[in-house]
Amino acid sequence: MTIFELSKPGRKGYELPTYDVPDSGCNIPEHLLRKKPPMLPEVSEVDVVRHYTNLALKNYSVDRGFYPLGSCTMKYNPKINEDMAILFTQLHPFQPRETIEGAVELMGHLKELLCEITGTDDMTLQPAAGAHGELTGLLIARAYFEDIGELGKRKKVIVPDSAHGTNPASAGMAGFEVIEIKSGPDGCVDLEELKKHLDETVAVIMLTNPNTLGLFEKDILTIAKMAHDVGALLYYDGANLNAIMGRTRPGDMGFDIVHLNLHKTFSTPHGMGGPGSGPIGVKAPLAQYLPVPVVRKSGEKYELDYNLPKSIGMVRTFYGNFLVLVKAYTYILTMGGKGLKHVSDMAVLNANYLRAKLSKTFKIAYDRICMHEFVIDNEEFAKKTGVKTLDIAKRLLDYGLHAPTIYFPLIVHEAMMIEPTETESKQTLDAFVEAMEKIAKEAQENPQLVKGAPYTTPVRRLDDVNATKYPVFRFKR
Amino acid sequence: MHRYIPHTEEEIKEMLQEIGVGSIDELFVDVPKTIDGYKIPDGKDEFTVRKIVETLAQKNKAFQPENVFLGAGIYYHYIPTVVKHLAANPNFLTAYTPYQAEVSQGTLQMLFEYQTMMCELTGMEVANSSMYDGASSFAESLLMATRITGKYKMLVAKTINPEYRTVARTYTSPIGIKIEEIGYTELGAVNLDELKAKLDDETAAVAVAYPNFFGVIEDLKTIRSFIRQNVIFIVVAEPVSLALLEAPGTFGADIVVGEGQSLGVTPNLGGPGIGFFTTLEKHVRKMPGRLIGQTKDLDGKTGYVMILQTREQHIRREKATSNICSNQAYIALINAIYLSIMGPQGLKEVAYRSYNNAHYLAKKLEEAGFPRIFTGEFFNEFVVRVSTDYRNRWHEMAKDGILGPIPIDRVYKELGPSALVCATEVNTKESMDRLVEVMRK
Repeated sequence: MTIFELSKPGRKGYELPTYDVPDSGCNIPEHLLRKKPPMLPEVSEVDVVRHYTNLALKNYSVDRGFYPLGSCTMKYNPKINEDMAILFTQLHPFQPRETIEGAVELMGHLKELLCEITGTDDMTLQPAAGAHGELTGLLIARAYFEDIGELGKRKKVIVPDSAHGTNPASAGMAGFEVIEIKSGPDGCVDLEELKKHLDETVAVIMLTNPNTLGLFEKDILTIAKMAHDVGALLYYDGANLNAIMGRTRPGDMGFDIVHLNLHKTFSTPHGMGGPGSGPIGVKAPLAQYLPVPVVRKSGEKYELDYNLPKSIGMVRTFYGNFLVLVKAYTYILTMGGKGLKHVSDMAVLNANYLRAKLSKTFKIAYDRICMHEFVIDNEEFAKKTGVKTLDIAKRLLDYGLHAPTIYFPLIVHEAMMIEPTETESKQTLDAFVEAMEKIAKEAQENPQLVKGAPYTTPVRRLDDVNATKYPVFRFKR
Repeated sequence: MHRYIPHTEEEIKEMLQEIGVGSIDELFVDVPKTIDGYKIPDGKDEFTVRKIVETLAQKNKAFQPENVFLGAGIYYHYIPTVVKHLAANPNFLTAYTPYQAEVSQGTLQMLFEYQTMMCELTGMEVANSSMYDGASSFAESLLMATRITGKYKMLVAKTINPEYRTVARTYTSPIGIKIEEIGYTELGAVNLDELKAKLDDETAAVAVAYPNFFGVIEDLKTIRSFIRQNVIFIVVAEPVSLALLEAPGTFGADIVVGEGQSLGVTPNLGGPGIGFFTTLEKHVRKMPGRLIGQTKDLDGKTGYVMILQTREQHIRREKATSNICSNQAYIALINAIYLSIMGPQGLKEVAYRSYNNAHYLAKKLEEAGFPRIFTGEFFNEFVVRVSTDYRNRWHEMAKDGILGPIPIDRVYKELGPSALVCATEVNTKESMDRLVEVMRK
């Protein structure tokens, strides 16, 4: 039942303090005064508590169990991070600079730590999410080429066909033409293919490394040289940074612009889809184009620098999703430099262990040592049994697990992309393997059972075709 | 071993054996080893971490809400205790985008209800499930106007929040959108003569704020009457005010956007807040962001799913209506809980008290020698004339625990020494009288 159906006219869930300010009377012109009140719920506090508590029970979450969504890095979100963020909730973004000393210092420290982690020279913490960071990074590239008088000829952004959908979408928003290049037979960037498209009309090459197949682009140093030889910039999509911490840095690999997802690698909770945070690190020559303000050390203190005449402007208001920054900072303090390396080591160990175990039953796309994630290719399995990736995903829900990312990357048909993260134990991984093996067996013996799943969830399979064909956007009486 | 990472030495060995390698390092053969660890101190126990972050927090100054007279887009309101308790539920906090609808019905139904509430407040037909903030939501509304009309000229009122206009320029310039600003009159409202003069066949959209940055309530009815139907009418609205003011949808708005922080969200140094985005059904396929719709499951039971995803980046890629993926869903939850608690009556009381407090304060400030600069009717903010040394006073007041009206003469130079005063229901008569005394000094 929706909360609107719980509503009774006249019931209320709030109480405001006694009011002692004299009434000056309402002088709003009649035609600008609201005639019909908004249909908001009229419910008691208890109604509200039960409604949202019951809704929460219908959700799966990291705190409930294994959540192996590939490319999403659904690791455990430490509780202390939340407590630390609460210490900063009462600050107004426009309060005098001298009254937010600690907040600015925290942003300064965080920026320095993230620059060290990414191997970049300067950074903005303003972007609110990964895709927002991508847009910011591409606008910085645009500003750079405009500044050196090359924007007129550099219209293209190259993305591999294994890229996240946000990459081409961000490039489009930044006014670039998108060139998609086919991956090679090993799942990595095909250097010949890249060569064919790479010339002085290219502004940026966007790469995720490791890529969305969970494979490290081993030719990355060559790719960087090829990009720089024609004057193009190399952009790092940070969705998969959780694989390489402590061993290499995007900046060292030759990337000029690097985005991070603090809600992935740095443990801040995903909150049903956000808020995230997508800082952008850049090499020194690009620092002058960062959005304002940039937090900079000046003597012993940190300052907010608004004086960047060549800045791209602002990509949102204020300093970004500041509370998310506090959580990520808390996490880095907790893990430390060595701990972050251990994070990546264990994330990669977990992924390879799962890959090795599952390869006995399922076909792994590009079956070799992977990084933090890998992809199952169910095309043959589906042909043989009639059971598709979607069906396996739904059946996993019946086993009390969240499904992996499905039908992505697009270059693997019937793909199932699995990222266990470092916070999962061997027992958890074994339980997942056991469930996957059971489902494979069910698919052989009783495919209809799998195709009808899930059975134990709050609702069964939903009709999303008609939901889009005859959309119901809102509750109506 | 670390408390967040469960592997024992023995398990690591077993797992390496299963994989068929001799060491962790062998898993990283493809990775060029460019560093040997980070130059970052070792990790710390939670008690030490707590101390470090608390020490930073103590270097900030938080103000008592009743002593805050600063708004400009971020507002202090009463937030009922249940809001934070319900939102803290880990099944909301630690879930992700509802990719598996059957185990995300809590998220999906909540967002469907949130969309309904935003439609109700704005008087629009469709709301998406959130954008990053008010500014990016506004910027995306301009991009959407170009998608609908195929035109690139935008008439944007100078009375829209200056940061929103800055962000809009960042977003729109790459694709060739030209923003022309429309000035304001002595009312503090959009200059209709200038608007009429600048409107032409090339105009994609007209955008105004309601109430605007000066707090003035723009006359949407009159503005819309000047704009041809095929020009997109964008309204940047403040959601609390909409409990008192007529909904922009009533006046023929095509897109209503804004910042939802005032609906139960703490100020958070400006983020996270939430951008809301609403429009009409006829424009929905040009709309950015995630949409939740109602449907049925196999057994005919009501359920909720993400709909119209072919607009979005993961399917449409470079042709998507936006690149947005992660949004501010968790803040939408806070908005929805807050609106459920307050209901239509509570929100109206909040809006009216904010309005009334601002008018009480305006009168008192005028008597104390701080006259209003504009004559237009306002909601809960207004601009007053201040002395040339006011900026120093503003910093002094902060030392006394008062977050005073913000000087705005750096962004609106033509106004001369001026400050934007804000009042909401959290300001008391006593705190407002005290502000007047302190400002008079």
